[in-house]
Amino acid sequence: MKLIFGRPAGLTEVNQRYCPGCGHGIVHRLIAELLVELDIRERAVGIAPVGCAVFADEYFNCDMIQPPHGRGPAVATGIKRARPDCILFSYQGDGDLAAIGTAETVHAAARNENITVIFINNAIYGMTGGQLAPTTLPGMRSTTSVQGRDTGKQGYPIKVCELLAGLDGPYYLERCALDTPKNIIRTKKVLKTAFQNQINNKGFSLVEILSMCPTGWGMTPVQSKKWISEVMSKYYPLGEFRNRAKEEK
Amino acid sequence: MPEVKILEDVCKGCGLCCDGICPVNILILSPNRINSSGYHPATVTDMEKCTGCGYCYITCPEPAIEVYK
Ligand SMILES: Cc1ncc(C[n+]2csc(CCOP(=O)(O)OP(=O)(O)O)c2C)c(N)n1
Ligand code: SF4
Ligand code: SF4
Ligand code: SF4
Ligand SMILES: [Mg+2]
Repeated sequence: MKLIFGRPAGLTEVNQRYCPGCGHGIVHRLIAELLVELDIRERAVGIAPVGCAVFADEYFNCDMIQPPHGRGPAVATGIKRARPDCILFSYQGDGDLAAIGTAETVHAAARNENITVIFINNAIYGMTGGQLAPTTLPGMRSTTSVQGRDTGKQGYPIKVCELLAGLDGPYYLERCALDTPKNIIRTKKVLKTAFQNQINNKGFSLVEILSMCPTGWGMTPVQSKKWISEVMSKYYPLGEFRNRAKEEK
Repeated sequence: MPEVKILEDVCKGCGLCCDGICPVNILILSPNRINSSGYHPATVTDMEKCTGCGYCYITCPEPAIEVYK
């Protein structure tokens, strides 16, 4: 019998220390499959965030760097400019990308920097204990919004794809989700496009992925995926927000 | 005939593969097995029915599932 689906060579043998049902593991696997399928593993450099994925350097079977909180796109810019043959991916959570790293994100997008940013939106600071993130939904509970996010006090969430779509710079922006096999397959296709854009020197691609954090959300993994389908993806609509490849046609 | 192998000690018993994503509904969390990390691992109830679609593998965060054909 032949193995048709199994651990891709883009992942190391290290078992990931994420909580049961965490979305990070699914996205790691999709990226790892693409490192092999696009034959870029030898020249890929991944940037691990500060957040639950801080140990991603142990999980990906390619070169990795773990810079300070939120600085992924800046570090990726430096490496890409010094070594244009490398394929850079900056893997970041919502606290990392949309709070402390907002400036780096916005400016890399505005410069249409030729890098791939993979943005895990789980609407919470997972690693530090489930605090409110810039992406926490109105009314959503967190350990720092125990009655639910009060937009009068804590303001409104940042919709990263919509925000960046206001800039002329970025080449490709799309939001996906991990709630169904169909959406996971779609996410892989979008990630593939985001890597291919970089290979073809097209510029900045960002893939936002709505991802389960069962621990931070106080739900079971199955409840979490349903919550993405029924609530989260209503607030953060899935789809393409920019695709200059289509405009060029 | 396709075959699914659950890597019991890698499985975290999250149940994502057991919640209706299998088109022939043959995956459950084993009620009476416990793995080395203390989780009830997923198990296949009727291997004969497996279509080899890979949806269980696609859904698994670890990945603790292998599909053979
Ligand atoms: C400079 C600095 N400020 C704050 C922290 C604390 N901190 C660690 S992870 C994190 C946020 C993690 O949330 P997110 O980026 O959404 O990742 P997740 O764990 O949800 O995947 C914060 C604020 C830090 N490590 N360094
Ligand atoms: S706290 Fe949330 S994001 Fe972090 S590993 Fe657990 S489920 Fe994943
Ligand atoms: S491969 Fe498809 S049919 Fe077989 S167990 Fe997995 S989900 Fe079910
Ligand atoms: S999805 Fe993976 S980790 Fe979760 S129960 Fe199934 S085999 Fe185990
Ligand atoms: Mg987060």
